[in-house]
Amino acid sequence: MPSAVLQTGPLALGDAPGDGAAGATPAVPLPAMTLPLPERRRRPHLVCPAGSLRALTVAVEAGADAVYLGLKDATNARNFAGLNFDEAQIREGIAFAHARGVQVLMALNTFADARRPGPWFAAADRAAELGADALIVADTAVFAHCRDHLPQLRLHLSVQASATSHAAIEFYRQRYGVQRAVLPRVVAVEQIARIIAGTQVEIEVFGFGSLCVMVEGRCALSSYATGSSPNNAGVCSPASAVRWQEGPDGVSARLNGVLIDRYAPDEPRGYPTLCKGRFEVDGRRSHVLEEPTSLNTMALLPQLIAMGVRAFKIEGRQRSAAYVGDVTRAWRAAIDAAALAVEQGRAFEARPQWEQTLARHAEGAQTTLGAFERPWR
Amino acid sequence: MTPGSDEDAAPHGPAGWGLTVGPVLYFWPRDRLLAFYADIADSPADCVVLGEVVCARRRELRLEDWLALGRELTQAGKQVVLATQALVETEADLRLIERLGEQGCAAVEAGDASALALLQGRVPLVLGPHINVYSRQALQAHADLGVLRWVPAVELPLDAVACINPPSARVAGHLGHAIETEAWAFGRLPLSFSARCFTARQQGVPKDQCGYPCLDDPDGRLVSSSEGEGFLVLNGTQTQSAGVQCLLSHRSALAAAGATRLRLSPQSSGFLQVLQDFDAVFNGSAEAGPALRRWPSLGVPQPLVAGYAHGAAGMVALQETDA
Repeated sequence: MPSAVLQTGPLALGDAPGDGAAGATPAVPLPAMTLPLPERRRRPHLVCPAGSLRALTVAVEAGADAVYLGLKDATNARNFAGLNFDEAQIREGIAFAHARGVQVLMALNTFADARRPGPWFAAADRAAELGADALIVADTAVFAHCRDHLPQLRLHLSVQASATSHAAIEFYRQRYGVQRAVLPRVVAVEQIARIIAGTQVEIEVFGFGSLCVMVEGRCALSSYATGSSPNNAGVCSPASAVRWQEGPDGVSARLNGVLIDRYAPDEPRGYPTLCKGRFEVDGRRSHVLEEPTSLNTMALLPQLIAMGVRAFKIEGRQRSAAYVGDVTRAWRAAIDAAALAVEQGRAFEARPQWEQTLARHAEGAQTTLGAFERPWR
Repeated sequence: MTPGSDEDAAPHGPAGWGLTVGPVLYFWPRDRLLAFYADIADSPADCVVLGEVVCARRRELRLEDWLALGRELTQAGKQVVLATQALVETEADLRLIERLGEQGCAAVEAGDASALALLQGRVPLVLGPHINVYSRQALQAHADLGVLRWVPAVELPLDAVACINPPSARVAGHLGHAIETEAWAFGRLPLSFSARCFTARQQGVPKDQCGYPCLDDPDGRLVSSSEGEGFLVLNGTQTQSAGVQCLLSHRSALAAAGATRLRLSPQSSGFLQVLQDFDAVFNGSAEAGPALRRWPSLGVPQPLVAGYAHGAAGMVALQETDA
C-alpha cells in the first residue's frame, strides 16, 4: 500500500547543536516536515478490539475498518481466561469480516519463549494460512521467521516493540519489511509528526482505552510482583495473582501478597493493575505512578489526521462486546467528522454524546490525553 | 548448596569472570560521579559502561566529559562501553546517538532500536537489557548488526538464557566471534520507563522545569505499600525494584546458563566492596555468605532478591541456599 506521506526516506539528522541538547523542543531547525497533501491524505482506519467472535461481529457492524484478535495462548498480549480465538473461530471471524470489507489483523505480540518458541512461529504460519490481513508483531524472532518464510504476509510493528522514533521504525522496515507501526502511548503529538515525516511506514496511534503509563514492551513491573508480564506471558497484573480481602478499614487488593490498594467501604474499586495502585512515598499515600484513567485522543483527531496518522486503535480485547460496539460507533462518527472537517478546513468539535459514551466506558470514569499533550511535560 | 560452596563446579565457568560496572542509573552530582569512577579505575572491574541512559535532561556530565572519562578508564586498563538512552524520543536524542557513532568508541551499548538502526556496522554493539531478546532466534536476528555482547532482559530466567546462548553453541556476532552473555548480577532492577517523570510528579513540578529533584535520591526514591513494605523505587522516568537483585551465590547456575560476565549496577553505598566480593567469589575461592552478611552494615540497599533467575517473581528474596 502506498504511503500517504510524501517523504520517501528517513530525515537526515541535523547538525548537533552541542552536547546533550535533548529536550522537549528541537534546538535546531529540522528539515521542513512535509504534511500530506489533501488529495493524498486518506481517511484513517479505525482498528477495533475483538476478544471474542461476538465482539468481532459487533465491531464490524459498528463501523470498524479493521479488527484485531489473538489466539487463546501466550502468543498475544491479552492472554486472559475466556478470551480470544481458536482456529475455527478465527476462520469464522475472517469470513464474516471479509464479507463486509473489513480487515482482520492478528496480534502475535509477545516474545517467543526460548524454551519453547515453536508456538509463535506456528501461529504466524496459521495467520497466513487463515488469510489474516496482517500480523501485529513485537519480537524480532517472529519478524525474522515471517521475512524468511511468509514473504506475502503484511507485518505491523506492535506497540510492544517499543519503537519511539522514526529511526527505530525504519530499522524494522528495512530489516523485516514492516508496513505499519503502532506508536507507544508515551509518544507526544509533536513527536508523532516527526516520526511520520521520517519514515515510509504507516503510523497507527491509540485512540481510546486503558492507558499504559509505561513504554509498552519494556515493562517488567508485573513480573517483578508475579513472575508474569506482558512480554513473557501476555498478561499484566494477572487475575490469578489477585486477592481481595475484606477488613475493618475496607477492602484490600493484593497482587501476589503485595498490597496494591485499599478501598474505603464507600469507595469505588478498580482492578489492581500494579501501576494504578496507591502506594506511599515519604509517608504520603497516592497514585504514585498513574490514576485509573483511560486514554482518549478524540479531541486531537483533526491534528493527527492532518499529520498523516493512518489508523487509530481502540484498546480493549478484554472488554465486553457492549464496550466494543459503543466505542466503535463513537469513534467511527468522530473519525468521519474530523476527516471531513480537515478536508474542508473547518473546525472539529467532538460531540458531547461521543464523549459521554467514552466516559461511561473509561476506567474510573475519567479520560486523559496522556503523554499526547503538555500535562506530562 | 550453601553460598560459595560450588567452586567445584568451576570447570563449567570461564577462566575468569568479566565484571562490568553498569551505567550509573541515578542522577549523581558531577563530583560524586568523578570520585566514583576514580575508585572504579582501581577496582577489580574489567569493563565500565558510561553515559546517561535514563533522562536526557540530566547533564552533570556532557558527552565530551564521558568521552574524557572513558579515555582515563581505558588508560587504567578498563574496557569502556558508551551507552545510549533507553527511551529515545526527540531528534536531539537521535543526534546524540549519531555523535556516539562518530567518536570511534570501542563499543556502544544500545538502549533501543534507534541505536541499532543508527550504529549498526559502525561500531561494535552491546545489546543492552532493554533490547528484547527472549529467544535464540531473536539473538540470531541481531547477530549481523555487529554484536559483541548481550545483556539479557532482567526478567529472563537463567534456564531461558541457557537456551539462547549456551556455552556449547554460542551465537556468532561481531566479526564472527561468539557473543558474550552478561547477566544482571547486582543492583536494583530497571523495571520500566515512561515519558512521565515520577520523581517530578512526586515533587509536584512539571518535567521540563523539574529543578532536578532526583539529585536528592542517590539510590532512587522508595515506594512502599501502604503496609510499609518497600516495593519499588522511583528514578525519574525509570521505575526500579526496591529489592536489589543479587546473584553472588549463583556461580554454577550462571556458568551453566552461558554467562561469562556479570553486570554490577552501581548503588551509592558499599559498591566497591560489592565489586571486590564478586571478584573474590567468582574469580577466587571466597564464599558468598559472609559477604552477604556484611553488606547491610555498609549501606548496601536491602532486601536482596533473586526470583527472576529461577523463573519466579523478581521480588522473591535471595535465600542463603539459593544457587
